[in-house]
Amino acid sequence: MANVLAFAEQRNGEIGGPARETTSVAARVASSLGGEAHALVIGGPGTGAKAADLGRYGAAVIAAAEHEALQDYNPDGYVKVVVDRVRDGAYDAVIFPATTLGKDLAPRVAALLDVPLAGDVTQLDVEGGALSVVRPIYAGKAFAHLTLNAKPALVSIRPNVFQAAENAAAGTVETYSAEVDPGSWGVRVLERKAAGEGALDVAEATIIVSGGRGMKDPSNWPLLEGLSDAIGEGVALGASRAVVDAGWRPHGEQVGQTGKTVSPKLYFAIGISGAIQHLAGMRTSKTIVAVNKDPDAPIFNVADYGIVGDLFDVVPRLTDEIKALKAKG
Amino acid sequence: MDVIVCVKRVPDTETRIRIGEGGTSIDPAGVKFIISPYDEFAIEAALRTKEGAGAGEVTLISFGDASAQETLRAGLAMGADRGVLLAGEAGMDGLATAKALAAELEGADAPLVLFGVKAADDDQQQVGTMVATLLGRPCATGVSSFQMGDGKVTCQREVEGGLEVLEVDLPAVLTITKGEFEPRYASLKGIMAAKKKPLEQKDAATEAGRISVTKLTYPPERAAGKIVGEGADAVPELVRLLREEAHAL
Repeated sequence: MANVLAFAEQRNGEIGGPARETTSVAARVASSLGGEAHALVIGGPGTGAKAADLGRYGAAVIAAAEHEALQDYNPDGYVKVVVDRVRDGAYDAVIFPATTLGKDLAPRVAALLDVPLAGDVTQLDVEGGALSVVRPIYAGKAFAHLTLNAKPALVSIRPNVFQAAENAAAGTVETYSAEVDPGSWGVRVLERKAAGEGALDVAEATIIVSGGRGMKDPSNWPLLEGLSDAIGEGVALGASRAVVDAGWRPHGEQVGQTGKTVSPKLYFAIGISGAIQHLAGMRTSKTIVAVNKDPDAPIFNVADYGIVGDLFDVVPRLTDEIKALKAKG
Repeated sequence: MDVIVCVKRVPDTETRIRIGEGGTSIDPAGVKFIISPYDEFAIEAALRTKEGAGAGEVTLISFGDASAQETLRAGLAMGADRGVLLAGEAGMDGLATAKALAAELEGADAPLVLFGVKAADDDQQQVGTMVATLLGRPCATGVSSFQMGDGKVTCQREVEGGLEVLEVDLPAVLTITKGEFEPRYASLKGIMAAKKKPLEQKDAATEAGRISVTKLTYPPERAAGKIVGEGADAVPELVRLLREEAHAL
């Protein structure tokens, strides 16, 4: 049986986009290989019930490993559950999300199973029974086309790139109690601090409002927050390296080669000139809007729509127009 | 306290990447190479840890070809004490790289091994974590600051929408990201001193990689966009285009 396992990430007990995306990709790979897609979700008691919906995205089986101590991610706790499951299920491939959790977890699984890992892929196909993938390198300045020659083939997929496709399968939920020995863990989470209510990570947002040095001062950011609020849900703030290096914004918001590589549906570059390392990190966005005073700024070479002008005039007007649009419905 | 930092030589992030002849690697001609920026944060973290403890040695290890000597010297100029060049090549298979490094680190008794969270060339974000797993050491990834304690280290890391505080048992492996560890510049004195610091070179124990590169390609060109207009007066037209043409709002 050429089955494929999707790691279904839950966060605060909720199954979100990354889980639907890994499950959808696993279903597609499994159908090429002539097997079934299974989803593995790890969490506290009750997690299995919440994951039942993954059947709609192609999971024939949803294995739910539950334990009080696994409610939140712990690398030592989670890795054992995943490795046990992959060994028991003799999977041909395992699909992880390239989220913070997935990037922490997948390399550990790879090392324990002694198989390589292709991380953060943006394209994945089955050719002659082997997985072939594309992953951006140099933060997107080039793409590497790779073939994975090991079994199971381990891959993590970039969030927001693969469609979560509805493709109903049996979706049988098999809940079991995970074997856990917290006393043996070498890493313990002492505390989690939320950045803000419902704050969305820039790598997972569908719309990004990014600011650069043209913003002139960190005290001007409410302007971008206003625009972001007007647009509504799924929006995150981004930043150029210059403003992160200047200490105006946290590194978590940085887009580009020493920050995050993003592919949102809509990217606003506000007061960002477009250094090569920034362009590398956002050029795969579906639609790019640039607002800049300098008509020769390189950002206009990648922008679908540009406005040449003073952002301090343009952004408030843009916020108002979008508010009016949303009010109309 | 002894700290080991694993570093990689990568093209400068401001450099343009050209695909080389054969199509499976980049053309290094005219490319300026640097220490991967995340590894610089790790070196800075190691130097501060040693300085905080008042004693110890910072060792840099680089897996790569002979040109990585230059990278190690740059790290020694920042203040590290000695360098080890593990000569070998593993391509895009991070696990093969991790095995070569783990074999070297197996007998090392430094309580802390640091990596940059990822290399700024292939962006895999996996080698440090794999080395930790192979060595059976606890590991925290994406650490932006940490404090040494008794038999453990307390780490802060960025996660989606927030921060996590972790306690990690020593000996540990940490992968470091941008945060508290703004790297120092090498002083002229440091650069001179680096020339005399010990730099050992040995062959790495490597195995054949199991990920093969079929080809490299450039990202799809974006069609030239349009300038909608100048100033705030262009906004209504922009919003109309975003809604009706791009279906993005």
